[in-house]
Amino acid sequence: MCTFCGCGDGKVEGHHHHDHHHHDHSDGHHHHHHHDGDLHYGQGAAGVSVPGMSQDRLIEIETGILSQNDAFAAVNRKRLADRNCFAVNLVSSPGSGKTTLLCATIRAMDGPVAVIEGDQQTTNDADRIRETGAPAVQVNTGKGCHLDGHMVGHALDHLVPEDGTTLFIENVGNLVCPAAFDLGEDAKVAILSVTEGEDKPLKYPDMFTASRLALLNKVDLAPYCDVDLDLYESNLKRVNPLIEVIRISAKTGEGLNRWIAWLRAEALSKRMKQAAE
Amino acid sequence: MHEMSLCEGIRRIVDQAAAAPEISRVSKVRLEIGRFAGVEKEALSFAWQIVMRGSKAEGADLEMIDLPGKATCFDCVKLVEIKDRLDPCPHCGGGRLLPEGGDEMRIKDMEVQ
Repeated sequence: MCTFCGCGDGKVEGHHHHDHHHHDHSDGHHHHHHHDGDLHYGQGAAGVSVPGMSQDRLIEIETGILSQNDAFAAVNRKRLADRNCFAVNLVSSPGSGKTTLLCATIRAMDGPVAVIEGDQQTTNDADRIRETGAPAVQVNTGKGCHLDGHMVGHALDHLVPEDGTTLFIENVGNLVCPAAFDLGEDAKVAILSVTEGEDKPLKYPDMFTASRLALLNKVDLAPYCDVDLDLYESNLKRVNPLIEVIRISAKTGEGLNRWIAWLRAEALSKRMKQAAE
Repeated sequence: MHEMSLCEGIRRIVDQAAAAPEISRVSKVRLEIGRFAGVEKEALSFAWQIVMRGSKAEGADLEMIDLPGKATCFDCVKLVEIKDRLDPCPHCGGGRLLPEGGDEMRIKDMEVQ
């Protein structure tokens, strides 16, 4: 069941995708002996040979387990592109300072912004965002540990971002599951705070591999917590040699300009790519 | 990581593929799981038994085929195979590796009766 609005799972009209294929097999032959004495497997109707499986009862599927999510994400991506929106999926552990940083970002930005807030419970974060004047929709995942493409599709129905919006999707605070679920965003941005320990990227490599940018937040606290910021960065580069890193503080405003410049440059490059197509 | 959600995804696909009335039962489903897919196999097997209840694949065997983890080494620029995500490059010993596959999560095929 959809945990956002309670609708049945996968029943969004026009969003249903069947990208699997399957075949019936009447040919029971498992392999063929040729005159040259060679054995040629995989010539049955399924084109494959599997020990312990009889070919006439084998249905090929070859479908990604997350294919339904990916289809929803593709619809979201198209909707956002049609409105010239640039979307970032903000991922982090709980307490890294995502919402505070987001509020500071929104206050410092010009141009339209909108926010989708993901949490298991409460509307606290969406309330905080709305105080900045930006439109926000809260998605409560209930027991769910991540946002998925379907939930974000529904949130977009409610939000309807205006043309040229920068959309922030604040994922559930969790460094594991959200790495695998595409929401239709243009980039994942990981936020980690200096208090979490330099080895965080090594402990949760998948999330930092999937992210294009890491915001190393709360750098104003660095002098008080014995943290080696260079080691933090080199651990990030170890799990993802391509990741960009910005040292930032939502409290003092350090690094905020660089982050906003990154957003502006990425949004511009998306629009130019779209225009060229 | 989220094996229950994954199993629900599998069930959706298996239910569709086994919808034909001449299929009475699914006896085996084979998955291909990359080494870096972050899937905990034991958790997936546990979720499988619960999620497939009431479907044609209730009680079906679940077989998981491991796919190798591949990564590009940013020191020697070679595509190498590694076992663990944080392994050094087996060629040059470099530590900056970017995965290039191994995050697959696919349903390969299934055996039906």
